[in-house]
Amino acid sequence: MRILTLVRQVMDAQESVRIANNAVELDGRKLVMDTMDEYGVEEALRLRESGLQVDVIAVGIGPARVEDVLRTALAMGADRAIHVETDTALDPIALSAVIAKIAQSETADLILCGGQQSDWDSQGLGAAVAERLGWPQATWTRALKVEANIATGQHDTDDGVESFQVQLPVVITTQQGLNEPRYPTLPNIMKAKRKEIRKDSLDSYAVTPKVKTTGVAAQSRQRLKKIMDGKDASAAAAQLVHSLRNEAQVIQ
Amino acid sequence: MILLVTSHANGKLTKATYELAGAARAIGREGPITALVLGSGVSQVAAEAAKIAEQVLVADRPELAHYDPEVWSAAVAQVAQEGEAHTILIAASRGGREYSPRVAVKLDAPLLEDVVSLHDSAGKLIAERYSFLNRVSETIEANGPVVVVSVKPGVFAPAAPASEVAEQFDVDLDLPQPRVKVLQQVKEASDRVPLAEADVVVAGGRGVGSPQGFTNLIVGLADQLGAAVGATRAVVDAGWRPYAEQVGQTGKTVQPKAYIAVGISGAVQHLSGMNRSKCIVAINKDPDAPIFKIADYGIVGDVQEIVPALIEQLRK
Repeated sequence: MRILTLVRQVMDAQESVRIANNAVELDGRKLVMDTMDEYGVEEALRLRESGLQVDVIAVGIGPARVEDVLRTALAMGADRAIHVETDTALDPIALSAVIAKIAQSETADLILCGGQQSDWDSQGLGAAVAERLGWPQATWTRALKVEANIATGQHDTDDGVESFQVQLPVVITTQQGLNEPRYPTLPNIMKAKRKEIRKDSLDSYAVTPKVKTTGVAAQSRQRLKKIMDGKDASAAAAQLVHSLRNEAQVIQ
Repeated sequence: MILLVTSHANGKLTKATYELAGAARAIGREGPITALVLGSGVSQVAAEAAKIAEQVLVADRPELAHYDPEVWSAAVAQVAQEGEAHTILIAASRGGREYSPRVAVKLDAPLLEDVVSLHDSAGKLIAERYSFLNRVSETIEANGPVVVVSVKPGVFAPAAPASEVAEQFDVDLDLPQPRVKVLQQVKEASDRVPLAEADVVVAGGRGVGSPQGFTNLIVGLADQLGAAVGATRAVVDAGWRPYAEQVGQTGKTVQPKAYIAVGISGAVQHLSGMNRSKCIVAINKDPDAPIFKIADYGIVGDVQEIVPALIEQLRK
């Protein structure tokens, strides 16, 4: 079985947002593998460790620096990586065309990708890849098992939690709760340096962005920050209720 | 035409559907505004939709009794193609955000995802949406004659029902078989006001101490305010509260008039689910908790004392 695990490089969630040149500034900021994608890499490795014959391929699309997160995936235990190098920002619908082509040429059986991107806040990539390949999908997966070409798992829906079963090939989107991603060990980091990262250029995929970002602004809502000391609980409570009723006018 | 995909529960259109109709009217694009009703036994829903659209297309079939992303996307794409829709509006619920990318791919159309504003400018659709864990507003523009849009619930003004009733048409669809088998559904329905629709949300974190503490403090305060109940990931993972109440990156995103965070320190993943609330109130014993940095009002103190005092004060 061959698993593609999609990894994206994003700004660490703990970094604050700064805008420069009509974009969120990434220069000099800590960039990491999207945590939502880490669950996918980890899950692929766990499927291999469960005894399945599995080939794990990490796929990254973006500028040269994306190699860093591919190396991280290799150090975690992925077998090899593919890097489609480009400085063009692709929206999830355009990006899905690139991934679908890679999945076809690699004859993948399972694709894992993060449920929501922590830079574009998009949930679209997994579903769009599935559609391009004509595969089913299960999103927001919190438990997964693969046996005899059947994936069984649990995922979150609008109404609650659902248990599902689906035959491979399938796209699964991952999230917190699925597993606890491992940290690469030093020997594995060394080993990862010798693993293959195949470089590819975006030109051969003939995709163009479908959505253009024309403006970016950091959230600008100013907060009142009226913080009270609660040592006298009833006085603080009285003051808060008064403020919410009369000043903010948000409660009856 | 503008195709508006309705969503419904318990025989009624959702609030998000009325907001889609509001967005459709405000967009400044040529109609007719066409509502699509998918489901089984949906005549009542179709009649309700006839008051917010200029025409209604109905697919009332047993195979549509349960949502499936492949079935839904196939249905919407077929109707969009046959009706030559230029704009397809879908509520950005978790389900909507799951099947709308498939519709976009089928139609070779751009997807404007989870938008909070939408208008036509010289034939181009321009939208605003939030990114970077809800901390950035982006203006985006669609490149293509046909555009799929998922619309963030709770943002657009809902359309008022008209007195005239639009004509209904049955549509014939060629639907695929669902391939994902649902083995078990744990619905977490409650009779409380839904999180996404609430004016006031009272949310609790591990700081409330225990499941019993959550019930006493968070549910108690929510009852007093007629508010919805929210919870952090940690509380849900600990099994204190159902997943349906989770607010944050992996739960629901809300922007009520008032968000009252009790015993929540304010991890960035939680903040991304509520940082657009109109008024944020934080109650926490740790004065350095990040939640206070985005709070309008806050009390530094013991939640076990403050919250009962608040309930007492509200009863007066």
